[in-house]
Amino acid sequence: MAQAKSQFGYRRHPDQDRSAQGPAAHPVVIVGAGPVGLSLAIDLAQRGQRVVLLDDADRIGEGSRAICFSKRSLEYWDRLGVGDRMVEKGVVWSVGRIFHGESQLYQFNLLPEDGHKRPAFINLQQYYAEAYLVDRVSDLPDIDLRWRNKVTALEQRNDSALLTIETPEGAYRLNAQYVIACDGARSSLRQMVGAEFAGQVFEDQFLIADVKMTAEFPTERWFWFDPPFHAGRSALLHRQPDDVWRIDLQLNRYADPVVERKPENVRPRIARMLGHDKFEFEWISLYKFQCRRMDRFIHGRVIFAGDSAHQVSPFGARGANSGLEDAENLSWKLDRVLRGKSPASLLESYHIERSMAADENIRESTRSTDFMAPNSHQEARLRKAVLSLAKETEFGKRMVNGGRLSVPCSYDSPLSSRDADAWSGGPPPGCSMLDAPVAAREGEQAYLTDVFRQGGTHFALLSFGNGAPIELPDGVKDIRIGGEAGLADPAGLAAKRYDAQPATAYLLRPDGYVAARFRHPTGAMIAAALSRAQGLN
Amino acid sequence: MALSTSSNFVRPDDAFRAIVEAHRGLTEEQSADFDAALVLILANHIGDIDVLREAIGLARRRMIDGQQQQQQQQ
Repeated sequence: MAQAKSQFGYRRHPDQDRSAQGPAAHPVVIVGAGPVGLSLAIDLAQRGQRVVLLDDADRIGEGSRAICFSKRSLEYWDRLGVGDRMVEKGVVWSVGRIFHGESQLYQFNLLPEDGHKRPAFINLQQYYAEAYLVDRVSDLPDIDLRWRNKVTALEQRNDSALLTIETPEGAYRLNAQYVIACDGARSSLRQMVGAEFAGQVFEDQFLIADVKMTAEFPTERWFWFDPPFHAGRSALLHRQPDDVWRIDLQLNRYADPVVERKPENVRPRIARMLGHDKFEFEWISLYKFQCRRMDRFIHGRVIFAGDSAHQVSPFGARGANSGLEDAENLSWKLDRVLRGKSPASLLESYHIERSMAADENIRESTRSTDFMAPNSHQEARLRKAVLSLAKETEFGKRMVNGGRLSVPCSYDSPLSSRDADAWSGGPPPGCSMLDAPVAAREGEQAYLTDVFRQGGTHFALLSFGNGAPIELPDGVKDIRIGGEAGLADPAGLAAKRYDAQPATAYLLRPDGYVAARFRHPTGAMIAAALSRAQGLN
Repeated sequence: MALSTSSNFVRPDDAFRAIVEAHRGLTEEQSADFDAALVLILANHIGDIDVLREAIGLARRRMIDGQQQQQQQQ
């Protein structure tokens, strides 16, 4: 497997030699160095927080696992300084095709417009993403990444949590103001806080194989219902870097996982699909999908993010991407709380917003999985009717559910100020900012997401035209488009995407979400919305 | 109440008859397939999720009423 450094050594830390002084105290301990834990650590460190990041392994996990990273995730990774590397290595795609039997039902384009820095999706093996994140971590002295450090016990205290950590050289303890559990679907921290992880298990099994081959398929997501090579079930084909292709084949619920996973049994299935057997296996796995979540994402001093908090079936790329959205949602809030700039109750909005997103992701991926694997004869009948209607009607095509791909969730949030003005477009409060091309000077090409990032991903006021000058509260960056001193909007797309009139302004949160928007902002309006978005009232 | 339950056809018998005749000559299985397609086509034509939900509720009450009747007969 061609990849960056993937094996890391255990190193003894002075925290392990403090039996006399008592356990070392740290503001933040993140458990789990997967994509979510690594991204969160980088984000917090860039905000000036010191972070201890623990992982029970000494290597990056094998297998491609998550492969589809969304536009939103790429914009987040841009802010973390790793976006370019991910996009350079990844394969960019935006088109998907759905087939039924031998014929194509329809195709869709997830980003049918220009003027965005990042594509709808890239496909990239999770081990590359993790390797690039680990490289970035090593640039940041405020992150202390400790491999082969396994949390074995947790004790909640009033203002901290005491962790017992097992290492190759014995156990030690750490005191953390906050523990962030990014330790995956089988989270041991979740068991330690005694939380349930309830939801739905899908009975059908899915075979996931990554095969290496040279092929002429386009860089698109191809999904089949009832293909000739895999009768009665569904199949997915998706390209990854290095001539690796992801293939998902639905198996029945009674298939024997031990037998089905054997390469000699997988090979003929794939060969039937491809029409040849000139391929090698990179990874084979067999899954039963689950959709479930914790009831509460915050348990005392332990906060759950990513798969530890919520798990979805993979059709829709809502697993890793939603975990990364958790990280960007939590990071700025935790930073403010640790600095005493916002009360600890601001963290509750993390639970509110991200459990709302988890519900949406679970709903969408449950619907997709149910469509692929109908639960009853009647469900199968309705699906048959949809697939048949899709051949000749537009509404039928749109009902075919071969996976609804991840887009940022919109939050009905206590941090948002409701619209008081009339709007006919643009992202309302609780929605993610939209990208658009802007230029500092003539001939220069940049993007709004770049400008936001260069501002340090703090709160920002995005304003249009020659509005009346407003004194911005402390810590709010000024992003002006149009007018005398503002950025140019050469294609007019920024104004269009934000439904802008002269003086229109959007208050953006540090995670790029809209907190409030105004047709005619005043200093007082902005101060009030800011205070609300910071959890100060 | 977004769902109209007043009589909308000038000649309701024609509508009922059209549906009945569409099932003529079909097996039970084909009839069920036909109904599934027809429901989806009509639901899309209505195009209003609240109306659809009300219609589903009204139809579901037939199942409940049917169960109650059965219980009373026992």
